[in-house]
Parts: sequence; C-alpha cells; structure tokens
Amino acid sequence: MIALLLRDLRLAVRAGGGFGLGLVFFLIVTVLVPFGVGPQTDLLSRIAPGVLWVGALLACLLSLDRILALDWEDGSLDLLATAPLPMEGIVSVKALAHWITTGLPLVFIAPMLGVLLSLPLEGYVWVLVSLLLGTPALSVIGTFGAALTVGLKRGGLLMSLLVLPLYVPTLIFGAEVARRGADGLAVATPLAMLAGISFGVMALLPFASAAVLRINLR
Amino acid sequence: MLTAQDLTVSRGGIPVLESLNFTLNDGAALVLRGPNGAGKTTLLRTVAGLQPPMQGTLEGAGERIAYAAHADGLKTMLTVTENLSFWASVFGTSGIEDAVQAFDLSALRDRLAGSLSAGQKRRLGLARLMVTGRPVWVLDEPTVSLDAVSVGLFADAVRAHLSGGGSALMATHIDLGLEAGVLDVGPFKARPRAALEDEAFL
Repeated sequence: MIALLLRDLRLAVRAGGGFGLGLVFFLIVTVLVPFGVGPQTDLLSRIAPGVLWVGALLACLLSLDRILALDWEDGSLDLLATAPLPMEGIVSVKALAHWITTGLPLVFIAPMLGVLLSLPLEGYVWVLVSLLLGTPALSVIGTFGAALTVGLKRGGLLMSLLVLPLYVPTLIFGAEVARRGADGLAVATPLAMLAGISFGVMALLPFASAAVLRINLR
Repeated sequence: MLTAQDLTVSRGGIPVLESLNFTLNDGAALVLRGPNGAGKTTLLRTVAGLQPPMQGTLEGAGERIAYAAHADGLKTMLTVTENLSFWASVFGTSGIEDAVQAFDLSALRDRLAGSLSAGQKRRLGLARLMVTGRPVWVLDEPTVSLDAVSVGLFADAVRAHLSGGGSALMATHIDLGLEAGVLDVGPFKARPRAALEDEAFL
C-alpha cells in the first residue's frame, strides 16, 4: 500500500504527471474573478469564500480522470487487481494520493489567493479549515466517479456529470463554513455537517468504488 | 496444482468456452492453442481472477497466480529499477537482482521505461513475473515483440521457474522448446445459448 502511494506521488511530480494542473487552474480562476466583478471591494469580499470553494472544487474535478484511467490504459490496474492488495485499499490509496497532490496544495494556496479577493481577515482561518476538511471528500467521491467510468474512452465528460451532483453537499457546507467564518458568525453547525460528509464518504465510498472497479475490470 | 473442472468462461455475459477440464501440476507447463478470438485471453483472465467463472470451479488459483497480459503495466516515467522495485514491494518480495539478470536488463537499469524499445519493455514486463514470487505464471502471448535471443532468455526463465516447482499456463504460438502439454481450446467453443440471450433482452 505504501509502495503504491509512493509510486503515485513520484509519478505525479515527474514530467507529465499532472501535479500543479489543479493549482494553476485555481490560480487562474481566482485571478480572473476580480477582473470580471470589477472594482467593488465589498462585493468581492462577500463572494470571496464561495469563489474560493468553487474554484477549488473545479480544480479538483480537472484531475479526476487521471486517478485510474492512466493505470487502466497501461495495464497496471489489471496487475494491481491480481496483486495481494485489497481493491478497497487500492482505491483508498489512489484517493489519498490524489488528495496529497491536488487537494492539499489547494488548501494551502487558498489563503494566499484570498488576498486577491479581499477576503475578510476573520475568513482566512475558516477557508483553510473548511478546505482541509472538505477536499478529502472531493478526492474520495472523485475516485468513485473515476472507478465508474474507468473503461470508457473519453469518460471524463460522463464522469464530471456523475460526480458534480455528488459534490454539491460538500460545496454547500464547505462554502457555508467559510462564509459564516468570514462574517464572524457561529460555524459549528455547517462545520459538523462538513465533517460528517467527509468522514462518511471516507468510510463508505471505497467499498462502492472497489465494487464498481471489479465489475469494470471484467 | 491448478485444477479446472467443468469450467465455462464468458465475455460480456456470453459464454465463450465451456466444459473445460484441465490440471496443471507443479513443475509443468500448459500451452493454450487456438485461433484468434477463440477465448484464450478470456480463459486466462478468468484463471487470473479478474473475472469470475460462469460455471464450474477453479482450484489452486487466486493468490498463487502471477498474471502477465498484453499490456506490460509499466510506468513510462519510472526507471526500470523503480518499476521492478515497486512490484517487488507490492508482492512483499525482496531483491529484483535475479529478474534483472535473467532478462538481461542490467544495462538498462536507470533508463526510463518510456524510452525502452518494444522488446525491452516486454522483457521488463516479463521480469516482473519473477519478482512476484508467485508459483503459477499465467501468460498471455508473452513472446510478442521479442527477438530470438530474448525468446531464449524467456524460455530459460520459464524453465528455471518450472524446475523450482512453479508452473506456467500460457497462450503462445511459438515453440519455446519446453516440455509442455498443449490444450487446444477449439473443441471447447461454447454453443450459442438461446435461453441466455433471451434473458439478456428482458
């Protein structure tokens, strides 16, 4: 399992590995939004938490089809399936590797990009916390989508359509934590919901992903 | 020992081969013959555990199988050593040295797998079998894109594996000079089953 994680991380940072793709996309979105909205600082700071969350989610979505498709194309997914690793473990490790290479960098760059959106000072901590809690859910749900569409040529479009509705609850509660935090309101309820979603999908979805992957490999 | 009893294998829910019975003893090799599309790959994937048999039983498969498919499962951006070491640690074995020597890869050790020729890639893919440490090799057209010398290396590796008590089930049309049983899958071609197909339309 650790070997698989290390291999995926190593592949991600080598040339063509796709590390930084989501990061650059996130940067582009947050740089362009202030230009699009215009010089209205108060409006910008009101929408900042939501923009950061939508940007992070789309950046995450961008790299999902790499999670399993690359391994499927070169045949290593078949070989992994015959290896002494449980399929649930394989998909969990894949989701973890995706989170480390995509989700985690987004979490840490988001506060910096918050400056561009004149995010209120109280909001920084909560943007960081909500993304840290929410992005693992995005990776795990995304791995499920990738497992569903793994054998399909150009499955990326179908996967986006399948995954987007599943992302909505995470987005609602994640952005709500960040917004309430930025407004100085109590965040306990949406934070608890976000944590519930995150830990719930981490506990349950790997079993579903493994099941559909087994069927797709037949 | 690998035993198949009354085995029916299917592809996309349609039976391809049926009533297969064969036994593969330790130290023996079995070569599958049959025209393209006869169902050799489907049989091998079933034996490897990638898909369940439609009917019948397979004994001695599962965790004892090392499978090598048409695709080598190499990561182009990893070196030869990194590719092999990865599989060694996945299968919990140590030492890739024997495999590197057996397939004459020592000069290519630090090359990226993506920069290898087709035959060299295949050799690396076959070397992976040795690092798995599993007793039953299931090979699908292992000699594709290998030159004569490399086919010899591969035959030697299989022979060493067999003499060590392992066994091999392979689909190949090349005579490797092994003392292997031959299983022609032609006679086991599944009859069209009207009832089953009707069910699929319901």
